[in-house]
Amino acid sequence: MTRVLVPLPVVLPLLAAALNVLLVRRQSLQRVVSVLALGGVLATAVLLLREADRSGATVVQLGGWAAPAGISLVADRLSTLLLAVSSGVLLAVLLYAVGQGITDGRRTTPAVFHPCYLVLSAGIAMAFLTGDLFNLFVAFEVMLVASYVLITLDGNGPQVRAGMTYVVTSLVASVLFVTAVGLVYAATGTVNLADAAVRLQDVPEGVRLALGLTLLVVFGIKAAVFPLFSWLPDSYPTAPSPVTAVFAGLLTKVGVYAILRTQTLLFPGSPVLSRVLLVLAVLTMVVGILGALVQDDLKRLLSFTIVSHIGYMLLGLGLASTAGLAGAVLYTVHHIVVQTTLFLVAGLVERRSGTGSLRRSGGMQQVAPVLAVLYLLPALSLAGIPPLSGFVAKLPLLQAGLADGGALALTAVAAAVLTSLLTLYAVGLLWSEVFWGPVADVVPDADRTDSVVVGTARTPRLMLVAAAAAVVAGLAIPVLAGPLYALSERAAEDLVARDAYVSAVLGDGR
Amino acid sequence: MTGNLTLALLIGVLYGVGTYLLLQRTLTRVVIGLGLMSHGANLLLLAAGGSAGAVPFAGSTDGGAGAGTADPLPQAMVLTAIVITFGVTAFLLALAFRSWLLTGEDAVQDDVEDRRIAALEPEEHPHAARPEDEA
Amino acid sequence: MTTSERADPSRSVVLETAVRLVFHTVLVFGVYLLFAGHNQPGGGFVGGLVAGCAFVLRYAVTGREGIGRAVPVDPVLPLGAGLLLAGVTGAAAWLLDGQFLESGKVELDLPVLGVVKATSALPFDTGVFLVVVGLVLLVLRTLGAEAEQ
Repeated sequence: MTRVLVPLPVVLPLLAAALNVLLVRRQSLQRVVSVLALGGVLATAVLLLREADRSGATVVQLGGWAAPAGISLVADRLSTLLLAVSSGVLLAVLLYAVGQGITDGRRTTPAVFHPCYLVLSAGIAMAFLTGDLFNLFVAFEVMLVASYVLITLDGNGPQVRAGMTYVVTSLVASVLFVTAVGLVYAATGTVNLADAAVRLQDVPEGVRLALGLTLLVVFGIKAAVFPLFSWLPDSYPTAPSPVTAVFAGLLTKVGVYAILRTQTLLFPGSPVLSRVLLVLAVLTMVVGILGALVQDDLKRLLSFTIVSHIGYMLLGLGLASTAGLAGAVLYTVHHIVVQTTLFLVAGLVERRSGTGSLRRSGGMQQVAPVLAVLYLLPALSLAGIPPLSGFVAKLPLLQAGLADGGALALTAVAAAVLTSLLTLYAVGLLWSEVFWGPVADVVPDADRTDSVVVGTARTPRLMLVAAAAAVVAGLAIPVLAGPLYALSERAAEDLVARDAYVSAVLGDGR
Repeated sequence: MTGNLTLALLIGVLYGVGTYLLLQRTLTRVVIGLGLMSHGANLLLLAAGGSAGAVPFAGSTDGGAGAGTADPLPQAMVLTAIVITFGVTAFLLALAFRSWLLTGEDAVQDDVEDRRIAALEPEEHPHAARPEDEA
Repeated sequence: MTTSERADPSRSVVLETAVRLVFHTVLVFGVYLLFAGHNQPGGGFVGGLVAGCAFVLRYAVTGREGIGRAVPVDPVLPLGAGLLLAGVTGAAAWLLDGQFLESGKVELDLPVLGVVKATSALPFDTGVFLVVVGLVLLVLRTLGAEAEQ
């Protein structure tokens, strides 16, 4: 059964994307196909998560070629947990986009949206599931190529300018990725992650460090780690809201997952890399949130908070303890849900007020009280106010940092607390500018040819329901905090004890 | 595994020229620079596979697997990487073309942050493009 | 040929005649490469590119309109059909108790052709071939249309 289940999250969206290309003139059928496919992926991911948590990692060798010759797909606790959360978020955003498309009639999202969105889902699923470094590169490319199209969906001036930044930065990262794959292959003679983990033990320390740092730079660009983040706040805000939401929630987190996977599996216990990660964590957190404080645009402000909160996940990883890793995993789950929700709500706010500018909007809580509630819950959660999910996710991280006790770890903990406070200030600023104050005039839609309608009081029910579902999912995290943290801890234990992963992929003989 | 000096030099030159072009302000040069850089990366991947050898088909050599045959894996990976680069470069060209249609020039545009800084102190940045100038 | 094309001074007789001569040969060579792919140099991607080159040549002569006449379908159709074919071929291995993308082969004794061996890589490669050809046509149509304006 797992023979079919493990590749399904990749295969299903790809097949659905192909169908959607054929159905390019039948938009209603496209919607049905996409929703069914992503619903199927979500169900599969939940089944896989249950299976992985019960009986350990399940491995499928594509094409029947045994590892390390063939490509392995590995469904262990970490990958299936993130896959399940991601597919839920993907489905919610799809419903949001569908709601927007149905209501806005002819000015709907262009017909390429559905195929590209599904290809993006397939790429994300492949990145989580793959057990092969080169296949990870392919997964990133599948995901990125779809994202290039999505980010320039309307092809207007700002999107093309921002898209150019985004594509060129991603391409440089891809070139570096190919370089890193070449270097790993030259050093070990394999690109299978499990096999490379075994063989890297015989590689000289200096070479190993160089490989680790090269991979860190590659994934650091994708994950928007300081100082490689400046492309993100520049390019994300110009895309249509559903696209920005899914990018914000998932694309950077795929980069974080890649860092987590490679650093723990290939380069465990390297003190230099741990220190580098901690320093990067501090700088990412602080610089990111300082950037957010001076923004006037809703989505740009939120984009800077993405950068800032990537630092928390690096902090957990840099501590290199089971508790730290567990915190990082839980934080990733929380951040995927909450950040996506915030962008979905930001899209609704912009749709209502007609502008993303903080100065030009105001009094939204009188006009749209529902939106105010939908914004407030994830915003406070992002800042880490108890008992919301941000608090639940930050607490283990801070505890792990204090337990570590080193000077660098304590600095990182202090920076994390400071960042939390500044995040509260940033989301509070947004609240007081957009939701409080006198009711501002609705800004009319400037560009009537693009796919995004703004400045209208018509909020489609499906968009609202999708956003509300995402908010509720965020509220469910603290309710399920106990089991979720226990699961994250088991996933972190898997990461620390690499033997289970290696023997699951290579067979018990090794 | 013995290194190949010609390949190593060529890879270095491709990376160097690619990086230089990537830092230019002309979009076409950026695209060409990225192309050269990815050629360098692909060659590096190929070089990682060791020296050339016989065709690696099963049963085509006498000395069992590996003896005297080329390593097929880097070649397969390079082919994949080339295909991906082909597609992405086509997209990038289309984007550069679109940008040329919209702005009328083949140049990287200032980002939002640049423009804000330029608008704050116009007299101190005489060469910086300002938002008004673009209309 | 429409009158507007005939009046175009940039037309080249040599190019037009040469393209008319090689167009079908290049197409057939692309298909040959597709079938040769399993045991010899070739395959769906290369075959698709060669076949795509035939259309690029034709585009150079007749412009977008000529391509529209040569391939009277929406280019996204071969693209989608190819992707679907490749995906379904990979998934078909599940029905035969194999792993995803696992390949199989059949040998047929056909009356005229003799023993013919076919592998499941062939439909997969055909899918790739269609995707590449569809992509080339799509690029010609969209980018070419903007360039001609």
